[in-house]
Amino acid sequence: MSDQSAPPKEQFQLSMLIYDARYRGITIQIFVLLLVMSGLFWLASNAVTNLAALGKPIRFDFLGDTAGYDINQRLVEYSSQSTHARATFVGLLNTLLVAFMGCAAATILGVVGGVLRLSNNWLVSRMVALYVEIFRNVPVLLWIFVCMFTFTALAPQPRAFRGENPEASMYLWDSVAFTNRGIYMPEPLFSRPLGNIDVGIFLVSLELLVVLALLIGGIIFARKNNARAARIQDETGDRPSTGLVNAAAILLPSIIALIAMGFYLGKPALAGFNFKGGINMSASLIGLWLGLTLYTTTYIIEAVRSGIQAVNKGQSEAAAALGLRPGRTMNLVILPQAMRIIIPQLISQYLNLTKNSSLAVAIGYMDLVSTLGGITLNQTGREMEAILLLMAIYLTISLSISVGMNWYNNRVKLVER
Amino acid sequence: MSDIGYVRTEMLGQLPPPGNTVGIVGWMRSNLFSSVSNTILTLIAAAFVVNLLFSMIPWIFLGVWNADSLSHCREIFDAKYGDGREYACWAVVRDRWDQIIFGYSFGNLNEGLYWRPILGVLLIFVSITPILFPNTSRWLYVATFATLFLYPWLIWGGALAGPVTAALIFIAGYFAFRALAKAMLPSFALGATIVLLAVAFLYLQAPISSVIAAILPIELQPVASREISGFVLSITIGVVAIVVSLPIAILLALGRQSDLLIVNKLSTGFIEIIRGVPLITLIFVATVLLKYFLPSSFDLDPVLAVMILVTLFTAAYIAEVIRGGLAALSKGQKEAADSLGLNYWQAQRLIILPQALKISIPGIVSNFISVFKDTTLVSIVALNDPLGISDSIRSNSDWNGIVWELYGFIALVFWIFCFGMSRYSLYLERKLRTDHR
Amino acid sequence: MKKSVFFGALAFAGLAAGASSAATLDEIKERGKINCGVTEGTLGFSSRDAEGKHQGFDVEFCRALGAAIFDDPDAVEYVELSSKNRFTALSAGQADLLYRTTTWTFSRDVDLKTSFVGINYYDGQGFMVPKSLGVSSAKELEGATVCIETGTTTELNLSDFFRVNGMSYEPLPVGGTTEAKALFEEGACDVYTTDASALAGVRASLKDPSAFVILPEIVSKEPLGPTVRHGDNEWEDIVRWTQNALVAAEELGVTQANVAEMAKGGDNPEINRLLGAEGSLGEMLGLSPDWAVKAIAATGNYGEIFERNIGESTPIGLARGLNALWTEGGLQYSPPFR
Repeated sequence: MSDQSAPPKEQFQLSMLIYDARYRGITIQIFVLLLVMSGLFWLASNAVTNLAALGKPIRFDFLGDTAGYDINQRLVEYSSQSTHARATFVGLLNTLLVAFMGCAAATILGVVGGVLRLSNNWLVSRMVALYVEIFRNVPVLLWIFVCMFTFTALAPQPRAFRGENPEASMYLWDSVAFTNRGIYMPEPLFSRPLGNIDVGIFLVSLELLVVLALLIGGIIFARKNNARAARIQDETGDRPSTGLVNAAAILLPSIIALIAMGFYLGKPALAGFNFKGGINMSASLIGLWLGLTLYTTTYIIEAVRSGIQAVNKGQSEAAAALGLRPGRTMNLVILPQAMRIIIPQLISQYLNLTKNSSLAVAIGYMDLVSTLGGITLNQTGREMEAILLLMAIYLTISLSISVGMNWYNNRVKLVER
Repeated sequence: MSDIGYVRTEMLGQLPPPGNTVGIVGWMRSNLFSSVSNTILTLIAAAFVVNLLFSMIPWIFLGVWNADSLSHCREIFDAKYGDGREYACWAVVRDRWDQIIFGYSFGNLNEGLYWRPILGVLLIFVSITPILFPNTSRWLYVATFATLFLYPWLIWGGALAGPVTAALIFIAGYFAFRALAKAMLPSFALGATIVLLAVAFLYLQAPISSVIAAILPIELQPVASREISGFVLSITIGVVAIVVSLPIAILLALGRQSDLLIVNKLSTGFIEIIRGVPLITLIFVATVLLKYFLPSSFDLDPVLAVMILVTLFTAAYIAEVIRGGLAALSKGQKEAADSLGLNYWQAQRLIILPQALKISIPGIVSNFISVFKDTTLVSIVALNDPLGISDSIRSNSDWNGIVWELYGFIALVFWIFCFGMSRYSLYLERKLRTDHR
Repeated sequence: MKKSVFFGALAFAGLAAGASSAATLDEIKERGKINCGVTEGTLGFSSRDAEGKHQGFDVEFCRALGAAIFDDPDAVEYVELSSKNRFTALSAGQADLLYRTTTWTFSRDVDLKTSFVGINYYDGQGFMVPKSLGVSSAKELEGATVCIETGTTTELNLSDFFRVNGMSYEPLPVGGTTEAKALFEEGACDVYTTDASALAGVRASLKDPSAFVILPEIVSKEPLGPTVRHGDNEWEDIVRWTQNALVAAEELGVTQANVAEMAKGGDNPEINRLLGAEGSLGEMLGLSPDWAVKAIAATGNYGEIFERNIGESTPIGLARGLNALWTEGGLQYSPPFR
């Protein structure tokens, strides 16, 4: 050790910034950073100059002004006297609503379709293949238009429900009405309501909170009960039956609470020009939802198919050798393994669907783009602020979806290995 | 001849398999009715198909091709069938197909210009052959290079001198880069070349092109960007986006794989931001905001602005495809390059990128398909893509009220393009896979 | 020039900083064309005909300007703008002016840094309903579903009208006229609302126009007119006075047919000044003395433009109403040419 002389002390020279691989990286990085910064600075200074020349400094206080327009499809309270910020919030919830509905429907249809695509029924698998090829090779915007117009053209007008011998009638014991303005469904109402609490930006119904709390309490109890059953099984070898108790624990309190609060279904009824009461899904929501779902489903079908096909054939043969029936083979052996391949693709399809939901603006569904990036932008003339805010919100949604799903993805992986 | 009574002297022929396992019946038994649930499925599916066909086929095939307007169509239906039902009025497609395909600019505004976009698309096909079929003549790369300049010329028109000058400047830039690369590090040579090219475009382009214009006085009727419409617009946006975004995407992908922290973070940030927002917001940026970000003297028409933003959008997605290609390469490739003493850029250029890009081609093709489909979004900002044109056709009193025929036609054209390309990309994927493994 | 547009744009032309804010007229003259912002398709006001050429009421005013400046009504480049990007396009110089059915409001005039230089059509928001609904007044529309095109002043007026009258309604926002029309015909909404002028056009283009009525209520003032950027007064003057010249021409009896004859001079000094036979009004604008002659020769006077594009003989079938000359009980009035 000691006889080894220290390496000759290097002297730093300026040329080493370029020719020495250790420092070159730093030089390049600083150079790139400067380039990018100056480019961004150039853009920003242009924007500031141009906006100043127009007398429109970047300010977000327009969000506090009265919006002045109405929104037909909304999840929270809103009127034309609310602010632009409120309208944006309504739009955001509508975006999330259609994204959630679309993802859920596309997942269900996609998994079913993917399995049918591989079924040994020639007709069914060809039909699914045909559906996939037709729908994924045409722009989603076109499908949204087609769905919207098909719905409004085929569903009856509200006035068709009127009169002695109406041309159209409601479904499910007069509780659901399909009209070309949307679908009206019964809403949960309470004859002895507990009221709402205001959490600042929207009202939360106490009834919902009570039911949710009871459900969660029931689920916690059921898990405890299962753990107890498992312990007893470990100790004695006999597992006490838990199913009935658990079901009762989860459902009974909620049902009792619902009865106590006087739960009933408020059915929509024709009044004046339209159906009144009940929950209304507007035609544009349905058109957008159908269009997005039908389009995204094709990608999910392909994802499911490729995921299933990627599972080694030996797996299904082994399952068959164990005597599992095809359905159980699929559920217990193939799908759990295929999930690892399917889920990353599902995530990216969910992201795509959420981003594609912005096409709502083309058919007048009041999502984020139609409110903040549409009417608000037009009324206030604040293009810069509105569009930047719009992008920021979408970025946040996208990043949180991918973070959330990646977390789930990792969990699934860990459980499996 | 013996007379033993019962000895079979010849083999019996094979009996045919049971009648219900061969032929159509057998096929149907095994593929359609193999079990109760399968039978039910088949019946439901068949009922669905029959129902769909019965409602659509008369509409499609009893439609009218010869009429001046929708009301004329309806008169014909009444006269011909008299059942009060509506059939397809395909006359609108016959009347306006050229607008939808070629747009106003090459459609009926300037009749006789069809050849320009058609030739442009053919050129594109020629230019991608050497990339897709490595065995063809290398000379086809010349066509690829020429197409880069000829396609815009065919679409935008103007003097041939413009694209020729641009091509010459790029060729000169290439040789300048070769020369510079001998004198200094490639990354610096690249930077220097970019600066040289910028200077050349600013100061040399005008004089050179005027000289060339004197020698080569060929001029096409110019077409303003905003007049480009129809499928020509969709294809042009798609092609420009893919071609221009490729180099950007390669740099971004390398940046994202790089060990250099700042470069890595910048690339990742750019890719994630672009991929995190919907394309429509970027199109809003192009048509509404981009003007603010550029000096006020800079005249940018909406079609070009949209192209720039769609290019950035595509670059982020293709960067991810290429990153996938890079990640798929075995680490040994990089190590082998290192052990040969190649520096970073040599290794990338000679070893890594050729392989990574080859694996990425199917992904790039499918990206092209989605960009091509996404170009319909520009109808939301009042550009005349096929959907925008269908709107203006329907706002004409002759064809007001037509919906399905136009959407059907547009969908069909999109479908032919996209289905063709996706089949092609599948074929490529198979071919490249055998090459690769 | 065009050839360099594309390559220039791709290749760093952004680095080039040129002289900005040159006078609009000089820019136009250098360019050889006026960039006139119009709607992407409003029947009667600006739409594409079967050949893809622009035509309509607003388009004619652009043509008149082209004729006044270049003696060529076709020296106009039509920039189709959506209601979203029209003001940006104007302030950013993509369009030199808007003839884009744009309502003159305080905030647009003051806050958006645009100037309205005249009113070529006095409009107001109206309602159209199917006859079968049995509604005769907008006050009976309690609870109705209303189709509106978004991005305009319409939705604010609508909301105000229903709120003031203590009624509720279901808005059905739609992206564009063609979609709105389709939805209205399918009965997806009971009421269609937009500017009364457009309403007439929409009604004319429905399958069975007689099955629909336009309600008598006009719920807002919608003065539509040309819009230019703040601050270029010379350009503003040209746009304002070219439009005024067309109105004055109708008042003075100058038509497309007789303008050449009248331009030779007559005994009416106002006509002489308008048509450049007397005085030097054209030069004051920086145009030729006979700018108004060229404009009128290209498009006819205001009344002729109206009748040809949206008048009662066209499918749009609008009556002159408020847009009659002031001498005939309307509001169209040109300040004197003096």
